[in-house]
Amino acid sequence: MFDYNFHWRPVMKNLPDLLEASLLTLQVSVLAMILGIIIGLCLALTRLHLKGPLYWFASAWVELARNTPALFQLFFFGFGLGAFGLHLSPYFIVLMGLTFNCAGYLAENFRGGFQAVPETQLRASRSLGMTAWQAYTRVVIPQVFRIVYHPITNQMVWAVLMSSLGMLVGFRELSGETQFFASRTFRIFEYFAVTAVIYYVIVKIILGASRLLAARLFRY
Amino acid sequence: MEPTVSFFSGFNVNDLWFLGEAALRTLWISMLSISIGTVLGVVCGWILYEGKLAATLTLAPFLDIFRSVPLIIQLVLFYNFAPIVGLNLDPFASGVVILSIYTAALVANVARGGIEAVGAPMRRAARSLGMTYWQDLRYVVFPIGGRAVFPAWVGVALGVMKDSALVSVLGYVELLKASQILITRTQEPFLILSIAGAFYFALSYPISRYSASLERRWAQ
Repeated sequence: MFDYNFHWRPVMKNLPDLLEASLLTLQVSVLAMILGIIIGLCLALTRLHLKGPLYWFASAWVELARNTPALFQLFFFGFGLGAFGLHLSPYFIVLMGLTFNCAGYLAENFRGGFQAVPETQLRASRSLGMTAWQAYTRVVIPQVFRIVYHPITNQMVWAVLMSSLGMLVGFRELSGETQFFASRTFRIFEYFAVTAVIYYVIVKIILGASRLLAARLFRY
Repeated sequence: MEPTVSFFSGFNVNDLWFLGEAALRTLWISMLSISIGTVLGVVCGWILYEGKLAATLTLAPFLDIFRSVPLIIQLVLFYNFAPIVGLNLDPFASGVVILSIYTAALVANVARGGIEAVGAPMRRAARSLGMTYWQDLRYVVFPIGGRAVFPAWVGVALGVMKDSALVSVLGYVELLKASQILITRTQEPFLILSIAGAFYFALSYPISRYSASLERRWAQ
């Protein structure tokens, strides 16, 4: 049944490279998440409070991000923009694709979070003499944050998993690096098996860290 | 000077036909995987709910792997693993296998949530009316729990439809792969990617809107 010899030695030899590449994976996904949270927040508030062209722009962003494949979005930033003479580096293709996608998904989560806080609370805090800024930062945002904390964690995991698509646009993060080594040695199965383990560990670390953080943040 | 041989030719009507065929293949592979995956996932969800400790120690971690490793890695791994154990699967079959298991892993959680959504008193009432366990599942849990998690299931199904674009890495010519082939020939990435994106959007957007409206109606 098994007339295949597993060769793990080349993988082990390149393991440091893979681990280094996984740092790049983490870097691009964390950056995309930070940008995604900021843009997503703007999109959500725009969709909640504004009308007209800005509302349509935000809605188009959210619906496009949610209703097309992530790979399509990556290709669009990679090849589609090439039609206008914009040639991005693989790093920026992945970063922009991930940011676009994360912002769209997070915007919907944020919108749900803002809608879950009753408007009367805002009015009550204003009538207690708080400024609008105080009312938002001390009353509304802490509650919204609790609601969107888990969706943000999930999105972070998705961002890491999605960054693996970088290998299709020539980005040498964890998957791209793996493919590079695998096609050089033809030990495709061995390389990708190790990469799968690395991804699994990364995801578990993120989930574990977020659980620890939640235990500290939401003590009361 | 005019070149005597033209390597690139423009986008024409036949190419639309080519894209249409590829779109049908996308539909076919996603429908097949979603159907198989949903059946598997519901069974897994039921096992997770009923077989408390044994299931959480065995089945849950197994399904967790498929949610923690990027789909693209899973596909490449399985496609290269199958020949090792003597299975000669074409890209389509490998894609269906992995997409089905991936769907099952996501649906299992949804299904367990659905079963949990039906309260214990309701189920006790059903049993005390003389229903057998299976009648209780079929006539009480399935309609009520199914309704509670239907929107979540639609979300999973649409996600798998979009993720089916990744099967292109194995060489299966679905919509996104077809558009890449056309881009190589016509050098018109923007137009072709827009058509491909419009197809995904046209499929996904109405369904997600419909499921959101159903959710709102059922919530009342």
